[in-house]
Amino acid sequence: MLSLILNRLMLAIPSLIGVVIVTFLLTRALPGDPAAYFAGPAATEQAIAEIRAKLGTDRPLIEQFGRYVKDLARGELGQSLTTGQPVSREIATRLPASAELTLIGLLLAVLLAVPMGILAATKPGSAVDHITRVVSTAGVSLPVFFTGLLLVYVFYFRLGWAPSPVGRLDVFLSPPPHVTGFYLVDALLARDGEVFVGALKQLALPALTLSIFALAPIARMTRASMLAVLSSDFVRTARASGLSPAKVVVTYAFRNAVLPVITTLGMVLSFLLGANVLVEKVFAWPGIGSFAVEALIASDFAPVQGFVLTMAALYVTLNLLIDIAYGLIDPRVRLDS
Amino acid sequence: MASPALLVEDLSVEFRTRGGIVKALERVNFHVAKGETIAVVGESGSGKSVTAYAVMGILDPAARVTSGRAVLGALDLLKTDRHTLAAVRGREIAMIFQNPRTALNPIRRVGDQIADVLLRHANVTPSAAPKKAVELLETVGITDPARRAKAYPFELSGGMCQRVMIAIALAANPSLLIADEPTTGLDVTTQAIIMDIIAERAKATGMATIFITHDLGLAAERADRIVVMHAGHIVEARPTRDLFAAPRHPYTAALIAATPGPTSQLSDLRTIAGGLPDLRAAELPACRYAGRCARRLEGCAAPLPRVDAAASDALACHNPLPQERAA
Ligand SMILES: Nc1ncnc2c1ncn2[C@@H]1O[C@H](COP(=O)(O)OP(=O)(O)OP(=O)(O)O)[C@@H](O)[C@H]1O
Ligand SMILES: [Mg+2]
Repeated sequence: MLSLILNRLMLAIPSLIGVVIVTFLLTRALPGDPAAYFAGPAATEQAIAEIRAKLGTDRPLIEQFGRYVKDLARGELGQSLTTGQPVSREIATRLPASAELTLIGLLLAVLLAVPMGILAATKPGSAVDHITRVVSTAGVSLPVFFTGLLLVYVFYFRLGWAPSPVGRLDVFLSPPPHVTGFYLVDALLARDGEVFVGALKQLALPALTLSIFALAPIARMTRASMLAVLSSDFVRTARASGLSPAKVVVTYAFRNAVLPVITTLGMVLSFLLGANVLVEKVFAWPGIGSFAVEALIASDFAPVQGFVLTMAALYVTLNLLIDIAYGLIDPRVRLDS
Repeated sequence: MASPALLVEDLSVEFRTRGGIVKALERVNFHVAKGETIAVVGESGSGKSVTAYAVMGILDPAARVTSGRAVLGALDLLKTDRHTLAAVRGREIAMIFQNPRTALNPIRRVGDQIADVLLRHANVTPSAAPKKAVELLETVGITDPARRAKAYPFELSGGMCQRVMIAIALAANPSLLIADEPTTGLDVTTQAIIMDIIAERAKATGMATIFITHDLGLAAERADRIVVMHAGHIVEARPTRDLFAAPRHPYTAALIAATPGPTSQLSDLRTIAGGLPDLRAAELPACRYAGRCARRLEGCAAPLPRVDAAASDALACHNPLPQERAA
């Protein structure tokens, strides 16, 4: 198992190096001159040149890259020009906001989609099967920002059940003391019920938006994978041995069907990281997605690079976790490594 | 006759497929007595597995039982509810399958798979089940059973997996065992060992055995009685010695002629003319062998005589071979 993990980590190194190079080149190739942007529309040529010299963007590309890599090695992601803050600190405060939202959204989706997929597969042609099909079609065909706006319109504007979409916490509440950065967890640790409920209320609609998006592929994959396993020889054996229907479906069928579902979860999670950008905009969520978009518009290199690198690191971690889950579930994988 | 272990009467099964309705079984009648071993033989596609699956209640969702009953003790297996059936399967009536490698759960230790059945049927406590599973592995002749119980199916050979299957099937001491080509794909030595394990067990406990095979030689060696199937019909059923001495249905005779025996030369072997009829046809002939039969008469289009499920002899033919040909 340990060798499997090390092996996968080694494999991830070239991709991470590639990401470093590509993000660097990409941000340099973006249209727009940050110096001109920050000097403002009234600035003289000379003022712009001065800013450029200060930023180091007048240097040859290879020299800029060298400096970038040196900073990276020290854990420095540079400074944001718009906020004046170190990018690493920005990301450290904003990443938990995005992560909390994404994980809760995914959890919600899994809790709904997996039982739906299982029921749809065990009773093909039943009402659950049809509902699953409708929901998964709707889930993929509705754009995330649309679902988000629709939910805000219905649950906040019309029904008044949800609080206004103004971020992670109502302005009258102060965030819980920082431990994990996840407000729900931190509020529980601080035993602050009011903040917990407040954070949960704010989280409900954006998380639901993400989960509707994530529901479709998970339900579809669960159903397909369960159908395949249910018609396999060993499920027939389990049935012929008279094991209880629950035992057959859960211990024999689902545990075998879960592997492709986990792969789908990984894929869905990386889609969700992308969908986050829009959801964060709609709900004024102070996550890294909205942060990256603002930086991109301002031609602010450092945060964009920091964002892409963070995403790449998350992605590598995610795939590693999936591999570990595979190894834990399927004994054949452990041998292969 | 004592009450049989299993009596199957008028069993008909259809499959709804994209290409039309497949009439896989039509009014199948047979029985197996307590302690008896019968062999069900026939070409590929003749309906042997479908018969077994129907009795076990594990038919594909596309299948429909259109008529018949399968009586086991006081129970009609075709009419019992799901939960009663689940309690009977594995306890009263067990099945082992062809392809032992895929028939076992690939990601569960074999000892646990045996324990699952013990816990369900054999009044064993969760703490005692693993030990009992190891004992069962020992009774099917697995060496070092304690270590093997911890193995996954992919770590075992095909023959070993089939022994595990047998241990699972026999865990709750069933009164009837259905073995669907249990030795196909195994080498001859392993084949004999597997068959011996089953036979010994049948003898020791009075278990009835339905042994499905297309190997007529193996059937002759192992079965008290042989049931011959062709295209979803039972065409002939007789005690083994009688059947081989004087087959009466032309299809049985052709099957025997096509089987290599210890004395037969390769040149003696004859293949059976034609193939199985298309079971999707709307109008199947009364005798589904008529299209391939050299002894066909005008009268063969008439409905076949009904076979008595409880009789030990059965014949579905209008123009059978003469009775005492071999005498
Ligand atoms: N799931 C299914 N859908 C449609 N037709 C089926 C299905 N299963 C079996 N059949 C049909 O039922 C008939 C009998 O099949 P069965 O598997 O019982 O044959 P068999 O005698 O066991 O053959 P083999 O020796 O190859 O195992 C065949 O014509 C087959 O096409
Ligand atoms: Mg078969």
